[in-house]
Amino acid sequence: MSIHATPEHLEATWKAAPMLRVEGLCKSYSTPQGAIPVLRGVGFTLAAGASLALTGESGSGKSTLLHLVGALDDADAGEIFLDDARLTLLSEHARAAVRREKIGVVFQQFNLIPSLTVTENLGFQARLAGRYDSAWQDELTHRLGLTELSGRYPEELSGGQQQRVAIGRALAVRPKLLLADEPTGNLDEASGDKVMTLALDLVAATGCGFLMATHSERLAARLQRRVRLESGLLAPQ
Amino acid sequence: MKQTLWTLAALLSHWRRRPGNLATLVAGLAVATALWSGVQALNAQARMSYDAATAAISGGGARTLVAARGGLFDQDLFVKLRRAGVDVSPVLEGAARIGDKTIRIIGVEPVSLPRASPIAHKRKRADVLEDFFSGEGRGFAAPQTMRRLGLAEGAQPQTERGRRLPPLAALAEAPPGAIVVDIGVAQRLLDRPGALSRLVIADDAAPDDERVKRVAGEALRLVAADDESELARLTDSFHLNLTAFGFLAFLVGLFIVHAAYGLAFEQRLPTLRTLRALGVAPPNLVVAMACEVAVLTLVAGGAGVIGGYAIAQALLPDVAKSLESLYGAQISESLSLDLRWFLSGLVMAGAGAVLAAASGFAKALRLPPLSVARPIAWRAEHHRYLRRQAALAFLALVAAACAYGSGEGLASGFAMIGCSLLAAALFLPVALAGALALGERLARRPLARWFFADGRQEISGLSLALMALLIALAANIGVGGMVEGFRQTFTRWLDARLAAEIYFEAATPADARDIEAWMRMQKDISAILPVWRAKTRIGEGPVEIVGMTPHETYAAHFPLLEAAPDVWTALHAEDAVLVSEQLARRRGVGLGAVIGIPTSTQVWRARIVGIFPDYGNPKGQLRIDHERLKRYFDDASGVHYGLRIASDATARVIDNMQRRFDGKIARIIDQSELKGLSTDVFERTFAVTTALSTLTLVVSGVALFASLLTLSDMRQARIAPVWALGATRRKLAGLELMRVMAFAAVAAICATPLGLFMTWCLVAIVNVAAFGWRLPFHVFPSQWLVVFLIALCAAFLAALVPVARLARAAPTDLLKVFSNER
Amino acid sequence: MGAALSRRSALLLALSSTSALAQDFGGLGALGALGALGGNATGFAFPKPGTPLVFPKDHGAHPEFRTEWWYVTANLKDADGASYGVQWTLFRFAMAPNSARAGWDDRNLWMAHAAATSAGEHLYAQKFARGGIGQAGVEASPFRAYIDDWLLETRNVTASAGIEQLRVSAYDGIFAYTLDLAAKGPIVLQGEGGYSRKSDAGQASYYYSQPFFTAEGVVAFHGRKTQVSGRAWMDREWSSQPLGPDQKGWDWFALHLDGGAGLMLYRMRGIKAAPFLFGNWIDDEGATSPLARDDIAIEPLETMRIADRDMPIRWRVRIGSRGVDIRTQPLNPRSWMGTDPAYWEGPIRFSGSHKGEGYLEMTGY
Repeated sequence: MSIHATPEHLEATWKAAPMLRVEGLCKSYSTPQGAIPVLRGVGFTLAAGASLALTGESGSGKSTLLHLVGALDDADAGEIFLDDARLTLLSEHARAAVRREKIGVVFQQFNLIPSLTVTENLGFQARLAGRYDSAWQDELTHRLGLTELSGRYPEELSGGQQQRVAIGRALAVRPKLLLADEPTGNLDEASGDKVMTLALDLVAATGCGFLMATHSERLAARLQRRVRLESGLLAPQ
Repeated sequence: MKQTLWTLAALLSHWRRRPGNLATLVAGLAVATALWSGVQALNAQARMSYDAATAAISGGGARTLVAARGGLFDQDLFVKLRRAGVDVSPVLEGAARIGDKTIRIIGVEPVSLPRASPIAHKRKRADVLEDFFSGEGRGFAAPQTMRRLGLAEGAQPQTERGRRLPPLAALAEAPPGAIVVDIGVAQRLLDRPGALSRLVIADDAAPDDERVKRVAGEALRLVAADDESELARLTDSFHLNLTAFGFLAFLVGLFIVHAAYGLAFEQRLPTLRTLRALGVAPPNLVVAMACEVAVLTLVAGGAGVIGGYAIAQALLPDVAKSLESLYGAQISESLSLDLRWFLSGLVMAGAGAVLAAASGFAKALRLPPLSVARPIAWRAEHHRYLRRQAALAFLALVAAACAYGSGEGLASGFAMIGCSLLAAALFLPVALAGALALGERLARRPLARWFFADGRQEISGLSLALMALLIALAANIGVGGMVEGFRQTFTRWLDARLAAEIYFEAATPADARDIEAWMRMQKDISAILPVWRAKTRIGEGPVEIVGMTPHETYAAHFPLLEAAPDVWTALHAEDAVLVSEQLARRRGVGLGAVIGIPTSTQVWRARIVGIFPDYGNPKGQLRIDHERLKRYFDDASGVHYGLRIASDATARVIDNMQRRFDGKIARIIDQSELKGLSTDVFERTFAVTTALSTLTLVVSGVALFASLLTLSDMRQARIAPVWALGATRRKLAGLELMRVMAFAAVAAICATPLGLFMTWCLVAIVNVAAFGWRLPFHVFPSQWLVVFLIALCAAFLAALVPVARLARAAPTDLLKVFSNER
Repeated sequence: MGAALSRRSALLLALSSTSALAQDFGGLGALGALGALGGNATGFAFPKPGTPLVFPKDHGAHPEFRTEWWYVTANLKDADGASYGVQWTLFRFAMAPNSARAGWDDRNLWMAHAAATSAGEHLYAQKFARGGIGQAGVEASPFRAYIDDWLLETRNVTASAGIEQLRVSAYDGIFAYTLDLAAKGPIVLQGEGGYSRKSDAGQASYYYSQPFFTAEGVVAFHGRKTQVSGRAWMDREWSSQPLGPDQKGWDWFALHLDGGAGLMLYRMRGIKAAPFLFGNWIDDEGATSPLARDDIAIEPLETMRIADRDMPIRWRVRIGSRGVDIRTQPLNPRSWMGTDPAYWEGPIRFSGSHKGEGYLEMTGY
């Protein structure tokens, strides 16, 4: 299959007012052996409240795509529209603002600030963005089962607990888009499932878009849609 | 800016978890600032005292007239000038002793004293006049001076010449170490009737140099208001030495700060990345880091400045004694500093903190919000690091060479030493890496190979601390070598110079004549050697002139660096002189040259027939024939003598003389006591230097300790794999200890030639430029051994705690390394 | 009064010239002219009636007495007829009795005032010096009184010369003058043969004058030189306690009457008692007739506020026995000497029964 989605797909998503729209994204990495292309014209849309799973083998560029969408890196070519803002045109300063206020990120590991407690970590991005809401944070804390752990430091928590805190931090700011890069990659199956359930519940509750990169077909099946990244291009499934 | 504040909060939270790291950072900056500001305080206090001494009389900004040749002039010059309408006020200054303490007697004339004079300011001049004229008069002294002399108000002490002072009264504006009296009283106390040392020009008088020249001819010389006081110029090199040391200590302290801050930065790198990922813009990040540095500066700098005050207060008595003995300068013994000193200390701390944190700021600015995990990239990084170090070391070496080529000045000497130290320090990690690579290649057993290989990873973390250690060790060897060499030379020289068994000073020339007559009849006294003194100026500097009679004592003992073959006959038969080493250097003259010496009446031209060493004398000195001294200098002192006596008769003769001539002898001392006093002065001078040098060593030891402590977590991560493969923790910890001590040993070995080089620089360039005399270059191998052992001890003590922690690390901690939950 | 004087002295000094010494010697008020003139005078000699004055010896200093001065005032006119006044005074104060010594131990303090007055300006200067070292002093024969570069000395250097031909000069940043004085009459002894009583209580001084000088020379104001000529009067007085405990100050007149006669009047003001008046009528040949106390009437006519004081600047003087009824007025009412001590001294003119010019001094206000 080729580049863009079918006309029907396009129509459906367009009707739902896409919060995120990506077109023709290209990115390559330079090595001493020459430039290695990772993305070769990727495009898709994501509506508010919808969830999309990005699958593909290790090294296929899932993380790269996520980083580009999350305004963490620059594309070589293509456009990214997030909530009507054209990310590629924004200055460094403006992009930082977008990251602060509109995007929540959960990485595979090393998410939290090691010198802050769980509570402080939870509220950090919200405070940065000036959107701290203690009631919402309390609810998140409760729903994520973190209440007894609120005074602990990240190094005292297990991997699953840390990821839960990361999700709480990302959602505390009420982002438009939640990005997750292999969030359960370091967890065992049971913990991973629990984390996913919590994440999906909260995403549904907040109505933000959810974009997750994973190599697990099982996890990918739990999201609304799936696309596969192969040789730098997207193939819908 | 909310963003910046929360970023700052996240940054500061790091210290909450690692208080030890913070303590190191603060302590490092505080100690560096303390040493620097302490030295600055000493220098500032001394400068204030020099200025205060002149300003107390004339009120800063006044110009004075002094004798063109230096010394005293007749007071009828004052009368003549006033009769010609020149508004001047007479001053007479001289030194006297009360008990065993030297004080300055300052005689002023209150009626003509300038209005701006602080003495006239506090008490109206009419009141001062009344004080001087009523009853037995008055002597004004600062309260601390009276305390130092142990005298109360109204006391009337006696000088060494047996003259009684008028009743003392406290006056805070009086200069330190001085007693202010009426000018007539001063003339009497100093036994200088009709003589003046200065004329102060009243500040609102229009300058009329024409008139002064017409009246006084060439007898007087105008000294402008902003001319550096004589004292300040003489003591310049002393203070420069202090400053150089303070700067060195500051630099070493900065190493600690850099190390601590750099390590903290590395540990916070993930946090910084997360912050960026969460949407903190780079400028905000840097601003937050800058705020952190600012707070650090205020806290650590403030503590440092207070510490500096304490250091200065502790060292001040020694410095004051040295200055008094060497230069006759009186400085106040209680520190009184102004806000400017405090602020400059903080500025220095801030500059140091910024310098140390600068590389961190640069990295933070360019930090991408992503970490692309490349775990073993450290090798490439390490190579880059070594190359950079080598390049910088080379640059520093080039700078040192340029400094050497650029001249003979004091600044270039210090620059050369500084650049060489820096070059060696920068090169040390490269040398260590090379040694470790060699070791790795030669080692067979796996643990041994790991020992060397892993050591290279440790270098970059410890490099700053080791560089600091190297510099401190080299400085210790360098300065210690110079001091010890000086001590040996000085002792030998003193033995030769103090050839007479008794030295005494009569109260007046008439008394001297009486004593001389008596001495000639004593069988015990085999030789009477008058050593009369006079003063003059050659070029811009004051010069002492000492007379010598033709006696075999001199030919046998007097040390000469260079001499014409017929030196002693020429000295007494012709117009010939001996010049001191520093005078020769300053005037650029050598053996056989002819110099013009201004005498009382003319300029006497004499040939140089010998150059003698004159250690510790800031002024130039000439030695001439005794008869010529009497003839050419009518203001020669006429009261100083040396006596040759059989050594067992010394005590008896002194006793006799004291009993017989009680009031006529101002001072009498025997050779061993005089040697003791001189050596004491020497020791005190270098006590300060030695103290600073030791402090620097301690500071570098602390740097090593701090670095090891903060590295210990990273070390755990490196040790874990080896432990998992079967080595015991005890063994691994022991290897760590050995490694650190090996590093320190290498540093000590590198420090030795560096220290020797530093000694040579100090002896051949710095000392010559600063003081004018050159010391022979000595080496002291025993000192190297001591320094080597000190380095090992320092390393051992510094590594003890971190290594112990490693040895007792719980297995769970080590295992966490693998589970990625760290 | 001492402290108040200092501040005002400073203001006035701004108008005049050098010698900021004045304000520091505020304390000298106690020892200064007025204080030393009253108060304790133990150890000093006192004038006795009947002591003959011997010249030229008595032109010199008398260190056994506490205070002494050499005083010259001159009324001058320039070529255009503009009037000027010049004052030159040298004071000697002994800070301890019998303390004339050579060198710094000398306990005499010398003070000098110089002033130049025109209708529009009054400039003055003050100097201080210690005695004994040659900076200031008086030699009787040949006569020379000096302090720094201010001089009053004879132009005739023979041994027997007195004060017949003098040169007086003073220099300061803003003004300077040099005048040649020539005596046209004899020395006049005031009081009884030079013994001049100042109060009922017995205070007295030795006092003589030379009122018959002609003066000729140059006065310079701010560097502008003017040739002047006129008349001058020299006063010499020495004593140890000229003021009684209740006397605050005096008003003194030295008048040259047209016609050649001279009039010297003193009005010593008391705190409680009535003023003590005495004076001398000097005819044109130098014969003196002391004036009886009730023969003299001196009354202030008009006061002006000068230097925070109410100074009487116009006076009416009547001498019954001589038929004198004159009114005086100053050339420059602001002839205030802001020195230490401070007082008013300036040239005056008078008219009425007689016409002429002279000098007025008012102290103790």
